[in-house]
Amino acid sequence: MDYFKNDLTSLHESLVNKELSAEELTKETFANIKKRDQQIEAFLALNEENALAQAKELDQNGIDRANVLAGIPIAIKDNIVTKGLRTTAASKMLENFDPIYDATVMEKLAAAQMINVGKVNMDEFAMGGSTESSAFKLTKNAWDQTKVPGGSSGGSAAAVASGEVLVALGSDTGGSIRQPAAYNGIVGVKPTYGRVSRYGLIAFASSLDQIGPLTRTVKDNAYVLNAISGHDSRDFTSSSKEVPDFTKGLDGDIKGMRIAVPKEYFDEGVDADVKAAIKDAIKTFESLGATVDEVSLPHSKYGVPVYYIIASSEASSNLQRFDGIRYGFRAQDVKNLEDVYVRSRTEGFGDEVKRRIMLGTFSLSAGTYDAFFKKAAQVRTLICQDFANVFKDYDLILGPTAPTTAYGIGEEIDDPITMYMNDILTIPVNLAGLPGMSLPAGFSNGLPIGMQLIAPQFREDTMYKAGYAFEQATDFHKQVPTIGGQN
Amino acid sequence: MNFETTIGLEVHIEMKTNSKAYSPAPVMYGAEPNTNTNVIDWGYPGVLPQVNKGALEYGMRAALALNCDITRDIHFDRKNYFYPDNPKAYQITQAQTPIGRNGWLEIELEDGTKKRIGIEEMHVEEDAGKNTHNPDGYSYVDLNRQGTPLIEIVSKPDIASPEEAYAYLTRLRQIIQFTGVSDVKMEEGSMRADVNISVRPIGSTKFGTKTEMKNLNSFEHVKKGLEFEAKRQEKVLMSGGQIQQETRRFDEPSGETILMRVKEGKSDYRYFPEPDIPPIHISDEWVKEVKDSIPEMPDVRRKRYVNDWGIPEYDAGVLTQTKEMSDFYEATVAAGADAKLAANWLMGEVSAYLNAQKVELGDTALTPEHLATMIKLIQDETISSKIAKKVFKEIIKNDTEPKAWVEEKGMVQLSDPAKLQPIIDEVLDNNEQSIEDFKNGKDRAVGFLVGNIMKQTHGKANPKVVNQLLMASLKER
Repeated sequence: MDYFKNDLTSLHESLVNKELSAEELTKETFANIKKRDQQIEAFLALNEENALAQAKELDQNGIDRANVLAGIPIAIKDNIVTKGLRTTAASKMLENFDPIYDATVMEKLAAAQMINVGKVNMDEFAMGGSTESSAFKLTKNAWDQTKVPGGSSGGSAAAVASGEVLVALGSDTGGSIRQPAAYNGIVGVKPTYGRVSRYGLIAFASSLDQIGPLTRTVKDNAYVLNAISGHDSRDFTSSSKEVPDFTKGLDGDIKGMRIAVPKEYFDEGVDADVKAAIKDAIKTFESLGATVDEVSLPHSKYGVPVYYIIASSEASSNLQRFDGIRYGFRAQDVKNLEDVYVRSRTEGFGDEVKRRIMLGTFSLSAGTYDAFFKKAAQVRTLICQDFANVFKDYDLILGPTAPTTAYGIGEEIDDPITMYMNDILTIPVNLAGLPGMSLPAGFSNGLPIGMQLIAPQFREDTMYKAGYAFEQATDFHKQVPTIGGQN
Repeated sequence: MNFETTIGLEVHIEMKTNSKAYSPAPVMYGAEPNTNTNVIDWGYPGVLPQVNKGALEYGMRAALALNCDITRDIHFDRKNYFYPDNPKAYQITQAQTPIGRNGWLEIELEDGTKKRIGIEEMHVEEDAGKNTHNPDGYSYVDLNRQGTPLIEIVSKPDIASPEEAYAYLTRLRQIIQFTGVSDVKMEEGSMRADVNISVRPIGSTKFGTKTEMKNLNSFEHVKKGLEFEAKRQEKVLMSGGQIQQETRRFDEPSGETILMRVKEGKSDYRYFPEPDIPPIHISDEWVKEVKDSIPEMPDVRRKRYVNDWGIPEYDAGVLTQTKEMSDFYEATVAAGADAKLAANWLMGEVSAYLNAQKVELGDTALTPEHLATMIKLIQDETISSKIAKKVFKEIIKNDTEPKAWVEEKGMVQLSDPAKLQPIIDEVLDNNEQSIEDFKNGKDRAVGFLVGNIMKQTHGKANPKVVNQLLMASLKER
């Protein structure tokens, strides 16, 4: 079994035809993870016993022919709460935290008979773009182990790209699925805000967070999004909009599709190789019968500061519950209540998390609220309007996912502002609550380049259709890193 | 120098919804610690609030009953602060869009004057848990109360005396109780008041500096605390001092207020819109639906008692003081009792019993049916009012059917002249001197004779009939 040579459909066929049992697949997956992870270091916790038991049961009951996800192993980002399976959000604060409930997406994956093989690394509380702020591990890029895997869903992306698993779940607050997908040459989708329930996702920024799938192909991605989407009465921000079958309409026919390319997405900060790859992609789309025009998103330049104010403000409030009282880390030898709070949080949180808590606390304070949080919320509305204006005339927006390819481990960790600027192309999508996809569109010095497709709210179908057509017309997704794959 | 007083009240009332404001855990008073809680109440990682529509509707109901304008586009806000009884470290409240604004209620002072007190705003929020500090050196947290839906009602600075504050609280409790939104039991903490007070020289256009007393759980304490505080502030000002903005505590034994802490600037709660709950629009239809669900308010009942049943204004007021009393009264009348007699019994014997025993109607065995039956027995002269007192003592303590009990105990009144006349004749025969006295104009003799007749009948003789027969017999002698 080789994840590089399979997709969901082919694996499903093997399982249905009994060429491979779910138990064998699961066992091989764990063996593969253990081998590859010595270099990749994507996993924080393995769910071996439960996963094998679940696989055996599936084999006994028979694989459902109609369910392409049955018996397929999946890796879960460690900010998604898993009952009985350690969930740390890559923070010392939750080093020993074993949840007593499952996130809604976990219930949905279980209903779809997917097999959770374990929890993967991330930036602490999803704050970061390189997975370097994890309190536990340095995850490596699947293509070059001296490079970062991106973040914050770096573990999810590296696990899929290195062939440890075929599918992983990540979360995306400002680009945390799309950017690591781009850095690792795979497909990552951030669904429309409200498409997937956030119940059980350890909140970073409530108005921006969204769970989504990372896969090797567009179609696989659509299958997984089908399974995790839908209204949840436990999440009041989840949408009751009907969920279409995202795998339908993947026929390569995008004739007449109107694609917009924002000129702001080609500013000086974007690498020449990245620009060139996206320009090639535009030609591919044109050759497939789409029309491509340049447009403007004039307020997107404010995206980064707006995002860091809003996301940090919400985070400063969301992360207050980590107070050392009921669960998680508590400092030793404390003198009084104040001491419990101050020392537990000082010792339990890492630098990046503290930086954002301070930024958020400042932005919400009585004397600064109007100039920071309120102003940011107003500019956010303008950013939303920019997109709405473009979508009056276009079906899709296209651009690079990130200004550069993956950078070296340790290169930017001490320069938060530069690191924050990496998110400039993905952030506006979260601010506007839109769906976004990153998919492979080229290489630069052996490192993958990601292309981003952005659709109107709840039009993931358009995004998948276009992504699939592009994928079929190119072979970037067929290229694999030297590590991984063959077991 | 003469001063005028300005008082503001912030009243928190727990709503008796089935489940909590933002989680499906049950709301119940007096359960074992932390049993009525779930992962949402614990502020677990990953949980989200689920808005209880019922709590919002109860809030609207209370707001409408207090004549508030309903805010049509509402959102929730987070009030951030750390404390162990506040697991999320923020309270979900309504800082910017209180559900009700600009309401009022009317108070009636002891001298009968009426005054309208404005309500600044009314919002829906959640209660915190409870910390207890044990002598074992540990503090314990009980999160049963965490997330219980609350309404906070903020008065306008219209209250000008401790008596008015007392009347405001009484009236507020009455209205809320009639809406069915809360039991408003001070002793269970389902109604709590924060008060602030300032004094200023009469004629001054600027309010004085105010002091606060928090979490008072008795109307009496509110009144006494405010009375003390008004005098204290006046004394300080008269002696040339200044009032500090501070929080004080009412000390019951001494009747004084004691300084707790001086306010050093405003706490910064970093309010911002709750991102986990989208804004909610309240439509005309929804407001109407809630309006239609409000039960009859005390003033309407009071008018009905006066106009339809001929009850005096004052009595009608007393009977509508609590919903429990008013409901009981109506049920008694519905069970066939005369409205005036039922009112007299409830305001007389029943109230006296409740006061003496320090219990509420619901704690006794008395039912409207039993009270009505007893009143009917008095009316048709089956029992005397003296016997009725015995019957009442029985039916308020035990679930006893009065008619059967009276018969069983042989307490039915003797009213038959054919049975009474021989007894009267016998008493007269044995008391010639009294007959003589009566003829000489000594009225006292009649009392003596009646007493003897009652003794012979073991108190069961109908006094009215005895009187008639006795007078007739005396005239014949």
